[in-house]
Amino acid sequence: MSELSQITAPAPTADAVSVSPHGGTALGPSFDEGSLVRPAAVEASDLVIAAADGSLLVHGVSVSVRPGEALGIVGESGSGKTLTCRALLGILPPGLSVTGGTVRVDGVDLTGAGEREWRDVRGTRIGAVFQDPASYLNPAMPIGAQLEETLRVTARVPRRQARERARELLDDLGIRRVDLVLRQRVAHLSGGMLQRVLIAMALAADPAVLIADEATTALDVTVQAELLDLLGRLRAERGLALVLVSHDLAVVAQVCERVQVFRDGRVVEAGATSRVLRAPGHPYTRELLRAHAAYGLERFLA
Amino acid sequence: MSATMLDIDRLSVDYGRVRVLDAVSLRVRPGEVVGVVGESGSGKTTLARAVLRAVDAAPESRILVDGRDVTRLRGSQLRAWRRSGAVQYVFQDPLRSLDPAVRVAESIVEGLRIARVPAGEAERRRTAALEAVGLDEDLLSRLPSGLSGGQRQRAAIARALVVEPRLLVLDEPVSALDAASRDRVVRALIALRDDRGSDLAMLVISHDIGSLAALSDRLVVLDRGRIVEDGPTRRVIARPEHPYTRLLIDSVPLIHTPTTNRPLPAPVRS
Repeated sequence: MSELSQITAPAPTADAVSVSPHGGTALGPSFDEGSLVRPAAVEASDLVIAAADGSLLVHGVSVSVRPGEALGIVGESGSGKTLTCRALLGILPPGLSVTGGTVRVDGVDLTGAGEREWRDVRGTRIGAVFQDPASYLNPAMPIGAQLEETLRVTARVPRRQARERARELLDDLGIRRVDLVLRQRVAHLSGGMLQRVLIAMALAADPAVLIADEATTALDVTVQAELLDLLGRLRAERGLALVLVSHDLAVVAQVCERVQVFRDGRVVEAGATSRVLRAPGHPYTRELLRAHAAYGLERFLA
Repeated sequence: MSATMLDIDRLSVDYGRVRVLDAVSLRVRPGEVVGVVGESGSGKTTLARAVLRAVDAAPESRILVDGRDVTRLRGSQLRAWRRSGAVQYVFQDPLRSLDPAVRVAESIVEGLRIARVPAGEAERRRTAALEAVGLDEDLLSRLPSGLSGGQRQRAAIARALVVEPRLLVLDEPVSALDAASRDRVVRALIALRDDRGSDLAMLVISHDIGSLAALSDRLVVLDRGRIVEDGPTRRVIARPEHPYTRLLIDSVPLIHTPTTNRPLPAPVRS
């Protein structure tokens, strides 16, 4: 099994899994960044990621998201946004490694952690969804069986209750005709439906953190809108800390109260989304906003 | 020369018992840029394939290109029409039109060589086409694999332009590109639109309403095989008449309008 598939697919772990202690309070957009009322659900400080030849790909970035908060990470391909997220999941590509800084997930210090420690955390304290949902599912197995397996292995749900929990999870994600979906295979479901199933799997063990890396990029715009609403609702209801990675500033503007702009492995600007988008401080952020203005529909709708 | 570059009249296409295009009528005037926006399952790719004559149309359908009925061309007639280069195509994946083993310089003028255009003239047109799409001559000696996605797509557009077509059909020309490359390709297409005037019409098919809004004079909205709206781009976006167009536009994320102030999208279509 590939490392990536462990985030959403069943990850066999030897130890009993502790239930994460995160609370269920949603923090609204008015949340004061300065007052640390509760510890971050996920936090990386001065993270450095290097290739095998010693060249640096991420130059000391810091990311911190509290329960119920949504952080947007924007930047173009190669900006280090995806590498940073993979470091938060302990799944850097072969040859790359974290050579500096600290990582904490849901209270667990994972600085320098080995694969065994990461396995205990992935899926249970932090989950993730990516751009291409079909590649994380087994095409030959009904969706229901895969979701039940995840529930049994990652969330320790007893076999007899797994089907009922699977139904509840999908129902919770706004999927209609749940029983039909559970019987179907990958080829019969739309991209939007598969992404909902992947979100269900990522949330099966009620993690404190969800990373959505370009999770709506490949979807139709109407389906994207539904999924962004869903992610917003889930973090409010579950107190989920959400890290939303997108090349599209407007996607981040819909969901996140804070944003960090990545470029060449550094954070060039960070702050409240409304402030960054209305009064960008860095020339690169202004460039991204100009590019958006060229294709956004705003100028037709004014 | 006809007053209509492309005249699609009641085009229907069936895949087995499923009707994927249902009586679609659509006109592109000389020099006009028409955008067709549609989501998965709307039939937009089938529409491009029908104009390419790569799928068969139902009996009552008619496709006229520059006044010529091409709906039922077959065999040598179809090949002769395609060779004439009156219509050129650009696909989502430029590797479909660029041979991976052939240098970019040669790929771009391949069509001209087949049409026995003299080498000097071919080179002149290549230089003009490269300038039109903003590609550096230095890239000519490379293979397609040595180009970025955006450069490849612009090379594919240059390849289409050297034939000096009067109609360019582009199927998802920027969907596979990242934001910066998309920007350069759309800007190249806008420059072409502005420079060529009535000499070059375009039918641009895409799910990306933002790129189409920047590029097209007219916007056609395709939903489940039918055209639900067709009008000037600015009017369609500012004052959509059909509920599906409304849904499509409301779904596009905006920077300064939070979701809470916008109508909720319709329930999942499954």
